[in-house]
Amino acid sequence: MEIDICWSLLTANVKPFDLNLCYSKKDNFMLKLPVYLDNNATTPMDQRVLDAMIPYFVEHFGNAASRNHPFGWEAEEAVDYAREQVAKLIGADPKEIIFTSGATEGDNLGIKGVYEMYAGKGNHIITCTTEHKAVLDTCKHIEKLGGEVTYLEVQEDGLIDLKELEAAIKPTTILIAIMYANNEIGVIQPVKEISTLAKKHGVLFFTDGTQAVGKIPVDVQKDGIDIMAFTGHKMYGPKGVGALYVRRKNPRVKVTAQMDGGGHERGMRSGTLNVPGIVGFGKACEICRLDMEKDTAHIKALRDKLETELLKIEESYLNGNKEHRLPHVCNISFKYVEGEGLMMGFNKNIAVSSGSACTSASLEPSYVLKALGLGDDLAHSSLRFGLSRFTTEEQIDYTIEQITNTVNKLREMSPLWEMFKEGVDINAIEWAHH
Amino acid sequence: MAYSEKVLDHYTNPQNVGTLDKSSKNVGTGLVGAPECGDVMRLQIEVDEATGVIKDAKFKTFGCGSAIASSSLATEWLKGKSVEDALKIDNMEIVEELNLPPVKIHCSVLAEDAIKAAINDYRVKQGMNQLVFEERIH
Repeated sequence: MEIDICWSLLTANVKPFDLNLCYSKKDNFMLKLPVYLDNNATTPMDQRVLDAMIPYFVEHFGNAASRNHPFGWEAEEAVDYAREQVAKLIGADPKEIIFTSGATEGDNLGIKGVYEMYAGKGNHIITCTTEHKAVLDTCKHIEKLGGEVTYLEVQEDGLIDLKELEAAIKPTTILIAIMYANNEIGVIQPVKEISTLAKKHGVLFFTDGTQAVGKIPVDVQKDGIDIMAFTGHKMYGPKGVGALYVRRKNPRVKVTAQMDGGGHERGMRSGTLNVPGIVGFGKACEICRLDMEKDTAHIKALRDKLETELLKIEESYLNGNKEHRLPHVCNISFKYVEGEGLMMGFNKNIAVSSGSACTSASLEPSYVLKALGLGDDLAHSSLRFGLSRFTTEEQIDYTIEQITNTVNKLREMSPLWEMFKEGVDINAIEWAHH
Repeated sequence: MAYSEKVLDHYTNPQNVGTLDKSSKNVGTGLVGAPECGDVMRLQIEVDEATGVIKDAKFKTFGCGSAIASSSLATEWLKGKSVEDALKIDNMEIVEELNLPPVKIHCSVLAEDAIKAAINDYRVKQGMNQLVFEERIH
């Protein structure tokens, strides 16, 4: 009886209520709600990571910079081990890892640090329009300081054009800042080709590796990366801790510190080290490295199932390059349905994010999707799904069903869908823009 | 952002979704908003020509939950009102009824615009002048 009630409540899409545990009659499994599919925003922390961190809050509380007593030594040892694990994940030397508070700090330190350090060589930076705001806004800041920034457009599939990149390089160019993989569409940029071009022209290559590191093999040597920012909380680690990789050989790279203080982290990032956070980050990197193959196979199979099923919905479109893409992301536009309205149909039970921005005063949809050349209407109709190692097939099946039902329901309510079905050309209508 | 109970109610059980015959002389249709803005509202009224009372009202909306709720509520309020009284519906009444937050006020404005556009369409069909409304900043 209970089972019946519960399932009917779910499918009838009634008023949301606190639902922690529910039994699906259909498949006879236990599905815990809500389902989390917003792993590009943040991942849940792995229990193994927490277990590694716990002793470093109370028991081993020392300052890693205290060189003269066992409390400091313990902390330093733990940081050293974590630094090794972080370095191993990306094929770096531990000395090349600078701990930060996260990727935003890494982006700032990497880009501003190069701008200051290499001011004698030039003041020109090349980036692209689909970068994260932490990169774009840093570049805007540099423009205010008198620097020059080229923002490369991306192609329809989200990839940059390497010829355009090479054409943009000038004698004053000091840095190419192109992300490894995009946070909204998961598209992976041709990092090796970019670094080859950078090397050819004697320009440094910075990449925002936030979404890629821990998910796909990233190797700073093979990829030719000079500087890379990444963070713990996108790879099952804690929030508030990340790293900046800064190359020490071929070439030796330096960045000017953005915070003055005790000269920690080889003088590039002052501030007492966040020991428990760093320990957790290190553990997260270790797990990602050891389990990557297994995790990727699991995640990709589920992502592909989700994507295949959702693309069966009429007038639904995949955004971004299908092939050069992170295995855990898919971004789909459901034409004639508005993203925020769509999410409202299931967001008590399924967490995803939308490229629509009806909540903001500007009403501007995702700048990333617009950069791909998507019309505002399609950008407003998009949902981003991000899977994790903890995503289950039951969750994916439930998501497919809920999204399909909600899209169908809202289309019945959509004047645009009706026009489309009647063959009216929506683009020919003169809309009153407000 | 959490939605109010009333918005959720209208979203889950929208009232008067549908289409009236827009070629009919006693049906007024208002289509407002734009796909690029993420909101398109189509609101229709069917008027009893003898009494000037709105017999039926229908809507279809492409937009967020607040836009759907605003149009659903508007159709409820329109039914049984005279065209004259319908013109008095103010967007702030919708805001209050649905507890819309400031970022969603434009949804209520759109609903008010849709009502006015539908009435004007009806008036033109009846050989009357279009009413001119104050331009408002959305």
